Amino acid sequence: MNLRGGNGRKEMTPLPMEEKQPEIMVVGINHVSAPVDLREQLAFSTTQCEAALADLKQSDALREILILSTCNRVEFLLSTSCPDGALNTVIDCLSETKSVDRKTFESAVYIHCGDEAVRHAFRVASGLDSMIVGEPQILGQLKDAYRVAVNSKATGVILNRLLHKAFSTAKRVRSETGIGDRAVSISYAAVELAKKIFGNLNDKTVLLVGAGEMAELAVEHLHRNRASGNLFVANRTFGVGVELAHRFSGTAIRFEEITQTLTSADIIISSTGSPDYIIDHAAVRPAMRKRRNRPLFFIDIAVPRDIDPEINRLENAFVYDIDDLQGVIDENLNSRHNESIKAERIIEEGVLRFRHWHHSLDVVPTIKEIRAKLHVIAEAELARTLQSMQNISPEDEASLHKMIEAIVNKSLHDPTVFLKNPGTHRDKSLYIDMVRKIFNIEE
Amino acid sequence: MSYWLIPVIGLYLSSAACYGGYLFIQKESFHRAGYGLMLAGFAVHTLIVATKILYYGIIPVRNLHETLLFAAWVFAGVFLVLKIHTRLKIMGVFAAPIATLMTAAAFMVPDKSVEIESSLASVWLVIHVMLIFTGMAALTLAAGAGVLYLIQKHNIKGKKHRFFFRRLPSLEMLDSTGYTFVVIGFSALTVGLITGFVYAHMVWGRIWSWDPKEVWSAITWLIYAALLHERLISRWRGGRAAVLAIIGFAAMLFTFLGVNFLLEGHHDEFTRW
Repeated sequence: MNLRGGNGRKEMTPLPMEEKQPEIMVVGINHVSAPVDLREQLAFSTTQCEAALADLKQSDALREILILSTCNRVEFLLSTSCPDGALNTVIDCLSETKSVDRKTFESAVYIHCGDEAVRHAFRVASGLDSMIVGEPQILGQLKDAYRVAVNSKATGVILNRLLHKAFSTAKRVRSETGIGDRAVSISYAAVELAKKIFGNLNDKTVLLVGAGEMAELAVEHLHRNRASGNLFVANRTFGVGVELAHRFSGTAIRFEEITQTLTSADIIISSTGSPDYIIDHAAVRPAMRKRRNRPLFFIDIAVPRDIDPEINRLENAFVYDIDDLQGVIDENLNSRHNESIKAERIIEEGVLRFRHWHHSLDVVPTIKEIRAKLHVIAEAELARTLQSMQNISPEDEASLHKMIEAIVNKSLHDPTVFLKNPGTHRDKSLYIDMVRKIFNIEE
Repeated sequence: MSYWLIPVIGLYLSSAACYGGYLFIQKESFHRAGYGLMLAGFAVHTLIVATKILYYGIIPVRNLHETLLFAAWVFAGVFLVLKIHTRLKIMGVFAAPIATLMTAAAFMVPDKSVEIESSLASVWLVIHVMLIFTGMAALTLAAGAGVLYLIQKHNIKGKKHRFFFRRLPSLEMLDSTGYTFVVIGFSALTVGLITGFVYAHMVWGRIWSWDPKEVWSAITWLIYAALLHERLISRWRGGRAAVLAIIGFAAMLFTFLGVNFLLEGHHDEFTRW
């Protein structure tokens, strides 16, 4: 048994130099810093991610790595004890994997360290850093990236904790603010309007004319707001229509059938590239009679417009084009602003709490807390023992106090030495985290 | 006696204020307070009406004061009952001020006792008045829903999304609620008119005497009949139905008060003052 700390004469052997605490770092490009063609060049496939993770793991500078690559961003989330070396390693890896000269993208790269990096990770997870603020896909993409990193054994205590906190923060932002509702703004506005016309969207039939990202988002958003109801898809190229209809479990119709469908559809979303009106006043008038004047809502996302604006003059027919919808959004801006303030506050809370945990991962506070805990236990036991003892002098009592103090200090000496230097290439945070768990002083 | 009306007016007025607050702030508690105060006002109102009935032994429609008092009571009651069945919380914004105004008008008009020639004790007359007033109350609410519908339609068509757009319910809901009110009101009105004919036959020996009130009642009835007919064959929905409900209300208001002041007839005594 090694009793180095307990030889009595010297209270403690000098402790070894403490290794620097690992820092959290984000290196990446996104839709703000880099144009789309550069983002395309730098995007990682899952296989490339796995290869890069395996490669980066070998580096001395990096402790933990996660690679997030979506159409709007390529980011490396790192834990490192040597930020400068880490940055170089990552940039080299990026340049090598994608065979792109580092000069072409270096100016677009942003670097966040410490709290900034944590905040960035939380904002990304919550969709606040997305092109369309509040869009929900990013959370799933981040989860996938995390799974890949975990499978490659590239994450450790810090990133595990950071990612779990990022997921829970994103969940809080989603449930406590309206930011997610207003995600896909045009479609949100369209659904909000539809609700003001129909009240309940449950059994309403939707007709999608033409295909397009925005129109599809609107349909998706409508789908989330109704339990049942039919969907018709009309496209000039029937095959595309069939495919789209299949995706939303709807029915594809031919372009010529649009006029007939006006009698059964309630909400028409149109976004074709046609230079002329697809649906004109003359087609809707008789349809209104046939549909017994039930309201009809046209959402025209196309430029130039697909829907004759004159239709808006018909009783029970409502036409909104992209500018009108933009108007709704602008009027919503104020409340949206409030929601994002709320979201930022939730994130700030998360960052603070994470910082607190991260700092506690240091050796000194951990040892202090363990010592305090042991001290409390020992003092309590001593007090109980003293109660049952009679005829004990104050001097004896003082010696007993001294003795338990020494026991606590000496028992902690070896653990302290070990924690300060668990050996080269070992993740100190892992041991500290474990010790905190063993002594149950986690938070 | 009429000083008893002051607490009623006060309660209706504070209910109206709560509903106004609900319109602006959209807090559920305001709406609930509005409904509660209206209910409290109605309770006191009921006591006053009941006292009158017990004291005179007939329903209190002998002069303008009593007619307004009674009509306001029926109106408040109909609102409170219909509110349970329709989820249109915003209706209180209309109903509470109208109840306040009617009660206040009753308070302003002196309660002068008058001798009535024809007997008011007939059960047919009681049913006649009750049903007509109930129908009028429901049709007033229908007109209110119509006004709200037109405001909301104007907002949506005109792409204005400010104050009222956010606060008013959907067009479909306003439309269907208005329709429900019209159906209830029209049914009550129809049966009320039939009992009126029965009563007229008993008193004057004939069911129709071209009395101005009768004529205007028929006009009002025809307007609502047209509305329902068009609605059933589904040509007039939404905006047009709302406009017709408002026109019908105007005709009804004239039948109720205008005829008595401007024209003459055997319904005269009920609004004498």
